[in-house]
Amino acid sequence: MLEIKCPYCGKRSQNEFSYGGDATVKRPMLGEEISTEDWDNFVYFRDNPRGKHTELWHHVSGCRQWFKASRDTATHEIFDTCKMNEAFNE
Amino acid sequence: MQKYSVFSLVKNAFTNHQDWEVAWKDPEPKKEYDVIIIGGGGHGLATAYYLAKEHGITNVAILEKGWIGGGNVGRNTTILRSNYMFDSNAHFYEFGMKLWETLSQELNYNVMYSPRGIINLAHSDAQMNAYARRGNSMRLNGIDAILLGRDEIKQMIPFADFSENCRFPIHGGLMQPRGGTARHDAVAWGYARQADSMGVDIIQNCEVTGFDVNNGKIEGVQTSRGSIKTKKVGLCVAGSTTLLADMLNMRLPIEAHVLQACVSEPVKPLLHQVVTFGAGHFYCSQSDKGEMVMGGDLDGYNSYAQRGNMPMIQHVLTGGLAVFPNFSRLKMLRTWGGIMDMSMDGSPIIDKTHIGGVYLNCGWCYGGFKATPSSGWVFAHTIAHDKVHELNSDFNLERFHTGKIIDEKGVGPKPWIG
Repeated sequence: MLEIKCPYCGKRSQNEFSYGGDATVKRPMLGEEISTEDWDNFVYFRDNPRGKHTELWHHVSGCRQWFKASRDTATHEIFDTCKMNEAFNE
Repeated sequence: MQKYSVFSLVKNAFTNHQDWEVAWKDPEPKKEYDVIIIGGGGHGLATAYYLAKEHGITNVAILEKGWIGGGNVGRNTTILRSNYMFDSNAHFYEFGMKLWETLSQELNYNVMYSPRGIINLAHSDAQMNAYARRGNSMRLNGIDAILLGRDEIKQMIPFADFSENCRFPIHGGLMQPRGGTARHDAVAWGYARQADSMGVDIIQNCEVTGFDVNNGKIEGVQTSRGSIKTKKVGLCVAGSTTLLADMLNMRLPIEAHVLQACVSEPVKPLLHQVVTFGAGHFYCSQSDKGEMVMGGDLDGYNSYAQRGNMPMIQHVLTGGLAVFPNFSRLKMLRTWGGIMDMSMDGSPIIDKTHIGGVYLNCGWCYGGFKATPSSGWVFAHTIAHDKVHELNSDFNLERFHTGKIIDEKGVGPKPWIG
């Protein structure tokens, strides 16, 4: 069981949360002129690192806020979590 | 190579089984090979076997960082099927089913292919309609499929919950009678033994640490046991695909996720088919030893750890008890996890790459085991001819740019939801 620290509620067990995927993926701005390749990269292509991964979690059975987590994909250690508009402390 | 038969078994019994030949050798890597396959799992071993057998290319090395068969080919739930609706999948997996049917004879190794049938349970009229459609599509592609009603299912698995008030009442199901199971380790060992006998070098404890690429062409690989020259490299490394692709500056539509499975203690014969209970994220078959082999969903977050967490095991088994309440007193024997190379449309990628002589075989999601023979067969063809075969022409990398994706489950590019 992972213990995830929600930046709003504190440490809670994993089954209160749902996963939202890679947080570094950035949706192109609405109306922005981009190539189809940029669009494909946004939709389908991922860095998929072994090690530190910045990802989205949703405290769905809690405060229902989305937030970011920095987690190791090999050890599952969670280094830090922060609100969507903030940066990690490390 | 020593042929395995009842006679060789009897003969070796007289010498207390001390004189069996080794099944495959343990060679030192040579300076150069015609083809290097990275990854000594089912797909890598099968590829090497078909390169030697179908294309006469025997100066081949398989480089495996651990031991052969220690990855996903030894971690799956051994299920074989070709119950797909889309043509590209149907043709490819059905080609594989035909290879499975004669694989024990072909490899002279008992892979224990057991066509016991696979049943997908349905719980509503709408789901029955969807299964009728899928079954019809399968039959149009020459694949066996039977739509079963509630009573027919009840005859096959009378111990399932057929009460009126359960959350997901069983309306019926779709069955592929030729689907079933095979012994996963035997598949790896059978391919390894035959490939070795035709001259393929199986090199274990040999991790690839880099690639030598010059003018857009591969010239060799760097390994923990020295550098090896080659003109062609095939990647068959499942969950580790991105790690190798990074060394080649290739960004792929893949995420690594952990999938768990578990087995119970052995019990007397009870479940004679493979049964999937999709509504409860659970499927099960009974092994020849009597264990219930069970699996379900991904843990649900990116992971390179070959182990999972308890919440998903609990979730899967909760679903399992909903359909098979009599499993509640079964004791768990063990759980384990494997790393899935989840592609963004749920279908594999078997293709050439932008680097000359580098070939890619990945994106198997959680369906790689059943594809072992067909994947090896088409990948060997792709490597030998530097050209994709008709059977894997749709499993290209380009589809993530052209939009011709093969999203059988229709979940979109969020693998942890599927």
